[in-house]
Amino acid sequence: MYEENEATATLEKSYVAFKPENKGAIKKMMIILSKGTLENVYAAFVLANGARMEGIEAEMFFTFFGLEAIHKKKLERLHVATVGNPAMHMPTMLGGLPGMEAFATHMMKKEMEKIDMPDILEFLDILSASGVKLWACKLAMDMFHYKKEDLYDGIDDIITVGDFYKESAGEGVHMLFI
Amino acid sequence: MLINLFKSSLKKQNMERTINGKSITVNEEGYLKDFSQWDDKVGEALAAESGIALTPRHWEVLKYLQNEQKNQVALSIRRVGKSGVVDIKEFYQLFPIAPLKTATKIAGIPKPASCI
Repeated sequence: MYEENEATATLEKSYVAFKPENKGAIKKMMIILSKGTLENVYAAFVLANGARMEGIEAEMFFTFFGLEAIHKKKLERLHVATVGNPAMHMPTMLGGLPGMEAFATHMMKKEMEKIDMPDILEFLDILSASGVKLWACKLAMDMFHYKKEDLYDGIDDIITVGDFYKESAGEGVHMLFI
Repeated sequence: MLINLFKSSLKKQNMERTINGKSITVNEEGYLKDFSQWDDKVGEALAAESGIALTPRHWEVLKYLQNEQKNQVALSIRRVGKSGVVDIKEFYQLFPIAPLKTATKIAGIPKPASCI
């Protein structure tokens, strides 16, 4: 009985001690993009830009296939994945047919233009102008043999995962892996 | 009781405020309900509340936003950036925290429901 009371008291104490700064408001979003499919890249970009629109800082870390979104020659040719994506409502066999991915991508881009969604390059310009820091992952750059000059000009730097964690220090910082 | 709490949180609460002796109605987020209550002085007071001292550049952007609203154009950061009035970088310099939200509030027009 005594122990139980003590435990409750400790719990209450720790609850009182937990006073989130600024009512727990988000101050900065650290968004890691590891995928190069169109829908994932857009998701990451919308989240980063949306943060800035709300007065929240945002930084992006491009790693592995996410690097394609900032590779000058590849960023205009990102595709939607038609295979292994049940939400496409397309039989896997069909999704694998030649031209299927290009067709689905074409359809999606058309819909995006209708809702005033910028293309990848323009979106990068918007992010850069909005003050989103853009980092490329050193490890993935080495792995794919990419050079800095292959990348979008607005990239802040090529950094290590350790550097990225240092950037993430502070209160109200949230991290997101896509 | 829970249901009542839920109901009251759903109810949009308007508020009466007085700025420079003038009475204005704002919604729960501080946006003006009726643009006819807006004038330059109200704009200046709302800007000061956001920590912004309005310069001629601010006014150009505010007038542009009001004009777009009048023409019922859906506002977004992208559209503002393409307006020719201000680019995105300068928009963020003029209204550093949440530019579109802040600028529309100062301009006395509704908060844009835009994701881009």
